[in-house]
Amino acid sequence: MSQINEIQDSIIEDFAVLDGDREMTNFYVMELGQKLPELPEQYKTDDFIVKGCQSKVWLKSELEDGRVRFAADSNTAITKGLVSLLVRIFDKQAPDDILNADLYFMERIGMDRFIGTQRSNGFAAMIKQMKLYALALKTKIEA
Amino acid sequence: MATAINSIPMDVHKIRAQFPVLDQQVNGKPLAYFDNAATTQKPIAVIDALNTYYKEYNANIHRGIHTLAEKATKAFEETRKTMATFVNAGEAEEIVFTRGTTESINLVAATYGRRMVHQGDEIIISTLEHHSNIVPWQMLCEEKQATLKIIPVSEEGVLDIYQYKALLSEKTRIVAVNHASNSLGTINPVKEIIKLAHDAGAVVLIDGAQAGPHLEIDVQSLDCDFYAMSAHKMYGPTGVGLLYGKRKHLEKMPPYQGGGEMIKEVTFKGTTYNDIPYKFEAGTPNIADVVAWHYATEFITQLGKETIEAHERMLLKHAHEVLSEIPGLQFIGVAPEKVSVVSFLVDGIHPFDLGMMLDAVGIAVRTGHHCTQPLMDFLGIEGTVRASFAVYNTKEEIDRLGASLTRVIKYMK
Repeated sequence: MSQINEIQDSIIEDFAVLDGDREMTNFYVMELGQKLPELPEQYKTDDFIVKGCQSKVWLKSELEDGRVRFAADSNTAITKGLVSLLVRIFDKQAPDDILNADLYFMERIGMDRFIGTQRSNGFAAMIKQMKLYALALKTKIEA
Repeated sequence: MATAINSIPMDVHKIRAQFPVLDQQVNGKPLAYFDNAATTQKPIAVIDALNTYYKEYNANIHRGIHTLAEKATKAFEETRKTMATFVNAGEAEEIVFTRGTTESINLVAATYGRRMVHQGDEIIISTLEHHSNIVPWQMLCEEKQATLKIIPVSEEGVLDIYQYKALLSEKTRIVAVNHASNSLGTINPVKEIIKLAHDAGAVVLIDGAQAGPHLEIDVQSLDCDFYAMSAHKMYGPTGVGLLYGKRKHLEKMPPYQGGGEMIKEVTFKGTTYNDIPYKFEAGTPNIADVVAWHYATEFITQLGKETIEAHERMLLKHAHEVLSEIPGLQFIGVAPEKVSVVSFLVDGIHPFDLGMMLDAVGIAVRTGHHCTQPLMDFLGIEGTVRASFAVYNTKEEIDRLGASLTRVIKYMK
């Protein structure tokens, strides 16, 4: 849990440097997206799509040593950067920590102003999907 | 008819001064508003008219005997006359106020359509249509077991009139096409389309949402049966539009919705309906916005459609020149006759990313399928970036668009 908050705090710090400059923020987010590990083509199907996003977002999860591994991709560079933030936070975390996580970084980096209401809803859909995956994998561990 | 009172080159800066919303910074940069095909900004005269209406003479119209009701009714009906003149209708009673183009089309589908279309009949629309000129007809066809036929379009965005002729038959009841395409800007040969439909015995509805602010509209010369428009696309308020219909059709059509205003007499045994256009205007209408629409139309007619068209043609040409210089940029829709809409794609960059990057420097464009998914499917694309120009846009703003795109593309590749 604390690890999740540590990552959130470091994201907040990174964005603070951008000082709210929209163009710089876009460029930075796209750069983050470029660093996201590739999602193999076979996962870019409707089975892995996150519903509720304007752009296409594919999200895949699996269990590795009791922790959730996330991989994601998007057909747009900015959205890919945004989903990379969530992968950075949730990848390699325990299912319980993901389920109990309180995400506060969006508000602190002013994401609403940056991506607008509709896309914020899409971002919320990504978080929900990641938590659902964590819940499914937790059930698998306990079974 | 709305005639140009002058064709002197206009002073765009004087025009811009009438639009308060344009004078602002977005993300630290001056706003360049290129989303006019979605909705135009409003001149101060329209904003003032709304204000004045609510401050000075708000009242429910038609049956009131007091002074305010009289004043409001007069202003409301004044817009009807203004709009009748604007589209050159034979009489003001042929103008029905609606919530906008979408409702106008739905009204025709639900009244004329329900009465006149039967099992096995056909309705013709085109590949270029906005969802609002597709879905109401699909719903009607489903209900009546009629068939929807589609006029194909070329890669350039031009309707195939030869194929259209082949689609027309004695089964055709209604032809519904747009005057100008919202996604590509194509101006369709509606006069020819109407003539051909009439020869086949069908009636024609023209979706004029994109023509209103740009083109000379003469419903009598076109000889269209129905013409639909939205105020907000032509410098007027949101939430109002009109349906022009020939008297002979409107009189025969059943009412659209039931309620106040649309009745002559109501008893529990039955109701007699009001005359046109009131038969189609159930309930208290959007009085303030209708009243303010008059001022938007006055703005257009005072400038003159010719002057507006000349300025927008110049902008369109300039945009084509500027954007042609950008490597990897592909225009979507290159019909010879276009309103001031430029749709494009850039190799390897998603329209959404381009839209976000342009917004970051104060440039408002639209990205996506523009409510024309079947057209996008035909073109084999998800969507486009669309810059659509209005009378207040400038060459300098288009230069900024070009420079910003160049910068973004350089960074992203």
